[in-house]
Amino acid sequence: MANILIFTELSGEHVKSVTLEMLGKLSGHSLDVVTIGKIADESKSELARFGASNIHSLKGDKLENYTPEGYSQAIKNFMDGKSYDYVFAGATSLGKDLLPRLSGMFDAGMAADVVNFTFSGDEFEGTRPMFAGKCLAKVKIQGPKPHFVTIRPNALGLTDSPTAGSGNLSEQEVDAGEIRALVKEIIKGKSGKLDLTEANVIVSGGRAMKNRDNFKILDELADVLGATVGASRAAVDAEYADHSMQVGQTGKTVSPSLYIACGISGAIQHLAGMRTSKTIVAINNDPDAPIFTKADYGIVGDLFKIVPILTQEIKSILG
Amino acid sequence: MNIFVCVKQVPDTETKIIPNSDGTFIETNAIKWIVNPYDEYAIEQAMLVKAASSGSTVTAVRVGAIKDTEVLRTAMAMGADDSILVETEDNLDSFMTAKALKGAIEKSGKTPDLIFMGKQAIDSDCLQVPSILAQMMNLPSVSNVMGYEANGNTITLKREVEGGTIEIYEVAAPVIAACTKGLNTPRYPSLPGIMKAKRKPLAKHSLADIGVTADDRKVSYSNFELPPEKPPGKKFDAMEDDTQLQVVKEVVGLLRTEAKVI
Repeated sequence: MANILIFTELSGEHVKSVTLEMLGKLSGHSLDVVTIGKIADESKSELARFGASNIHSLKGDKLENYTPEGYSQAIKNFMDGKSYDYVFAGATSLGKDLLPRLSGMFDAGMAADVVNFTFSGDEFEGTRPMFAGKCLAKVKIQGPKPHFVTIRPNALGLTDSPTAGSGNLSEQEVDAGEIRALVKEIIKGKSGKLDLTEANVIVSGGRAMKNRDNFKILDELADVLGATVGASRAAVDAEYADHSMQVGQTGKTVSPSLYIACGISGAIQHLAGMRTSKTIVAINNDPDAPIFTKADYGIVGDLFKIVPILTQEIKSILG
Repeated sequence: MNIFVCVKQVPDTETKIIPNSDGTFIETNAIKWIVNPYDEYAIEQAMLVKAASSGSTVTAVRVGAIKDTEVLRTAMAMGADDSILVETEDNLDSFMTAKALKGAIEKSGKTPDLIFMGKQAIDSDCLQVPSILAQMMNLPSVSNVMGYEANGNTITLKREVEGGTIEIYEVAAPVIAACTKGLNTPRYPSLPGIMKAKRKPLAKHSLADIGVTADDRKVSYSNFELPPEKPPGKKFDAMEDDTQLQVVKEVVGLLRTEAKVI
């Protein structure tokens, strides 16, 4: 049994789903959660239900928003005198930025973007995609502890029957130290939807979308599914979509439950970024498009005709 | 200003990756190597900053497992003044790479004002080296940088996070910026640039020269394998107008009853 600290970032006052995925999978170990900021009662009970023993909510000057220096120093200060074997966090923008810095402070090893893992006693062995998911490898961490791990959202899944923990909440004031790179402003993205990396359903468009305006039909489909809209590199390079929407080796690697690829031929670097999606639907008018080799359900047809029908059909079922 | 740009050589994005026979890494014989795509934005940004402040130099640094200096030559063809290669046969982990980069930068005798690098290498996809290097060198760092603006001593960096949200950082040099797409449009090396690059200085060090040893390893990889292939899916022909509604109904039905995702 290992002594594990899970860092959870907050969205408002709510914990992200990847935290619950980690808690469920780590059941049987000693599990503490640490966060920076105020945590909603509802989130606190969720953490307890999924097995958290102690929940530490940190606060302090200069911690209103995320900075790599402020957060890492605050957590380092919190961890002083405690003996955690592992620190886990979600492989979100924040987690991917924070944990390497924190691991550097401890001169300790870190496994990034892990999609599955096992423990033998208190020794961790992870599986992680390499080359954007074109292959998988086992990863082990050596040297002094604590060891650091980030977990890709949606990869572990939520356990159906979690073992509850006591969920004792304690608040603590911490020093964020000197912060040289300060956040002056945060410009909120317009979509308000889940990021591609966290989305459960993704509707993606490729070069065959022909222009930026045509992405509207994907937005409409996405709206009925509660999905996030993505794009292939070809569509991004042609400026039909923003880079934040790009799925693939030079964009985001995603693993939603449902991925609907519209007018995407399926370049190897795109397939690498979305092949771990649980169910893949491909719509393309080229019956030989490589995307069909990865699709669970392939529709050979004109996306401009198929997508609106699909939107109507799903609306009538879900509505 | 002393500007450093850290680069990596990675397999081309179109490469089909094949694990080697004992699963210790991948087959590297037939691979076409390219500049890590995110590093191109870093090189370009270094050039833009150099152009804006006279007397600046740009040094490209690479820690490499493949004995081939093409990537450093590319950086110099794009305008870097000189370069440093830390030669290694091994696949280093992020910690060793950061330590080697730090050692190489220190050996240059120049104190860095700015260090640019790609936000991640598209082979190992760890996104760790910029932050670890920053921690080792006691520098601030900003990752996923898609905007850079300098005003006197203040550098404004835009960092893109989830959902297209942008955090705007203000920092004074020295700083490490880990760059991503959207920051700039990388130039192509010009022919004269390529010719000139051949004569620019390229210093070489061994890992031992800069004090990185096997004991520095924190992470080890094994069992490289291809991801499991899915069984072939179902394919429907909906090229004709009169088949479309029926096909869509069938697929939606399967998504509900078979895949259970909607």
